[in-house]
Amino acid sequence: MKLDLILRVATKLLVPFILLFALYVQFHGDYGPGGGFQAGVIAAAMVILYAITYGLEPAKRAVPPAVAQAMIPLGVLIFAGTGVATMLLGDNYLAYNALDHHNPVHGQHLGILIVEFGVLVTVAGTMVAVFYTFAGRGR
Amino acid sequence: MILLTLMAIVTIGVIRLRNLFGVVVLSGIYSFLMASVLIVLDAVDVAMTEASVGAGISTVLMLSVLYLTKSRESVPASTPVFPIILAAVTAAMLLFGTGDLPPFGEAATAVHEHVAPRYLEQSMAETGVPNVVTSVLASYRGYDTLGETTVIFTAGIAVLMLLRGRRKNPKPGKKA
Repeated sequence: MKLDLILRVATKLLVPFILLFALYVQFHGDYGPGGGFQAGVIAAAMVILYAITYGLEPAKRAVPPAVAQAMIPLGVLIFAGTGVATMLLGDNYLAYNALDHHNPVHGQHLGILIVEFGVLVTVAGTMVAVFYTFAGRGR
Repeated sequence: MILLTLMAIVTIGVIRLRNLFGVVVLSGIYSFLMASVLIVLDAVDVAMTEASVGAGISTVLMLSVLYLTKSRESVPASTPVFPIILAAVTAAMLLFGTGDLPPFGEAATAVHEHVAPRYLEQSMAETGVPNVVTSVLASYRGYDTLGETTVIFTAGIAVLMLLRGRRKNPKPGKKA
């Protein structure tokens, strides 16, 4: 089981950096390449890597399947809710200018951040939930 | 050109191989080559998605499917005549259509003259986001992205329902 040990230690070292990179891709998406879709997949890849090396059960303890499944509709809710919020603030659906009345540009920035976060939540949740169900069907 | 040649070689490998494990690995390689092509075309955002989704998550999901099914492709019983005709006709139509495409990078084409210049010029002033891809994706075309997110949501829910609902069945279902 020597190989296993190396894999475990390497995974343990890598996981926080993968999460950090996912968050970087997420929140730096305004300035560099990246955004919610990519960050969501990277975050899901982190959970999947953990599940592959440490087994499904520890991964399910870290990220319970119920959480992953709840994330799928939650992200869409965040996205659609942003639209409703801008409507309540007196503008069109998904017109982020309304989020900051003093400075529309800030409103845009904020809206993009929130919406991208919604995308991240849905993508990561979907990937992890689908992986759990596939892996959970093993013999 | 080298990348495209490599991609063609990988595709032939995918078709020829009967060992599905090798096929999955080759499609991962294909995705990475595709990501490199996209980087050459300066579409870094798409390349990133291709590398993470196509080469990363898909490969893992396909491998977990392989774990549930056999890892060798069964030899087809008859020669697939109809698919060959269908593929040939589609290829002919695509080639015919490609002839009418404007040259690559041509500035005076429809896609570059409609709203794209406005996005490029006004994006910084209107959204304060330097990455135009992000501002178009999340702000100008927010409805589209909401639709995409809903598609992922629907697809995820559908796959989960399919996989859950057949748990009583001892034979595992197959999903491409």
